[in-house]
Amino acid sequence: MQSNDILINIVRFIVLVFIQVLLLNNINLGGYINPFLYIYFILLFPLDGNKSLLIFLSFLLGLSIDIFEDSGGVHAAASAFIAYVRPFVLKYSFGVSYEYKSVKIKKADTTEKITYITSLVLMHHFVMFSLEIFSFKHIPLLLKSTLFSGIFTIVLTMCTMILFNRKSK
Amino acid sequence: MQQIIFFFIRNKNFLLFAVLFIIALALTIQSHNYHNNKFISSANLVTGGVYTVRNNITDYFTLAKENEDLLQENLMLRKKLSQYNELNLAPTLDSGNIINKFEYYSARVINNNYSKTKNQLTLDKGRRDSIKRDYGVISSKGIVGIVSDVSNNYSTVQSILNTKSRINAKLKKSSHFGSLIWNTKDPNIAQLIDIPRIADIEKGDTIITGGRSTIFPEGVLIGTVKDFHLDNDDNYYYVNIDLFNDMTSLEHVFLIKNNDAIEINELEKRVEDAE
Repeated sequence: MQSNDILINIVRFIVLVFIQVLLLNNINLGGYINPFLYIYFILLFPLDGNKSLLIFLSFLLGLSIDIFEDSGGVHAAASAFIAYVRPFVLKYSFGVSYEYKSVKIKKADTTEKITYITSLVLMHHFVMFSLEIFSFKHIPLLLKSTLFSGIFTIVLTMCTMILFNRKSK
Repeated sequence: MQQIIFFFIRNKNFLLFAVLFIIALALTIQSHNYHNNKFISSANLVTGGVYTVRNNITDYFTLAKENEDLLQENLMLRKKLSQYNELNLAPTLDSGNIINKFEYYSARVINNNYSKTKNQLTLDKGRRDSIKRDYGVISSKGIVGIVSDVSNNYSTVQSILNTKSRINAKLKKSSHFGSLIWNTKDPNIAQLIDIPRIADIEKGDTIITGGRSTIFPEGVLIGTVKDFHLDNDDNYYYVNIDLFNDMTSLEHVFLIKNNDAIEINELEKRVEDAE
């Protein structure tokens, strides 16, 4: 990681937390659907970065959201989880090019990018909502929330990626 | 020894993840338990500060509605006052001797959520304003929740829209008691359970707090009966209630302190211990 990368990631961390708690948590589309864009940080963390560092930072990121939302540790758990499984997801979404460290998430093939984002987002939402709801009685609610919030998050993540990609060229 | 160290180095990512995940799980479970969710909450200086700044900005957008609500409340109080004056009370009482059973404080809602299954509010009053845990929270229209945690300047409230909440409530006309719960489906509709089958209940009946707890005084408005049916074992009604309060837009609330709460709780505890 270069110093430029470090700076970008620190700024991204802080900005995403604020956008999440001040704006996105108040959307409540259809009563309960909110996007969780903050995991954008985990998705775009440099591929050659330290994996332990990513797990730790993801935990902190989730915990910051939890403190604002009064939700115990559900975001922290879900974020640490996807940070841990990220290398595996990267391997099956990008295949060989990931092994040779030649892939760049922003410039990757669209299908591969969508596979990568969708898998991580759905895993994150599933873990988060199961912990938040924490009861077998509400499994339909769990699946519904995961699906709808997941779609919302995926769309928003793709938009953000396209938006910021263009600027950097 | 060397093997153990190698094992740790090889699996350091997994171990780190496991430790952090367990910490997060512990925090989650702790927050599910009403009486000790005190470790991490939005009633701290940083988050409270951020929410206050946001509210200072967003407050302006709801001023018109707030004014309307205040007008309505003034009108209601005026009506009550005129009725009170007409009563022509007997010779003046020595007001110095009357200790009010309930004291009221006002506060502003700086964060409110209603889309989760366990919803919380954050208020801008805390320990320095003599707010304590277990104070009841109401708005001018009806019940809101119960204070669950306090910091120096902020407090968090467990909303009635929380699967952990269980509040004593009754039918206004017949005084049959039940518990107010929430089934997570709609932030405008709560449920009343354990109303005995014998109770005479109709659509549109008013539901108020029961006064059996030490938290709320009797008669705080909750809502009206939307529909009802007998539950599985046919002995109790399951009632859907249209809440008077719009839980999705709360600005100013009142906190209720029950001056007798400590005495009542101590007495009840003593009786329980004796048994």
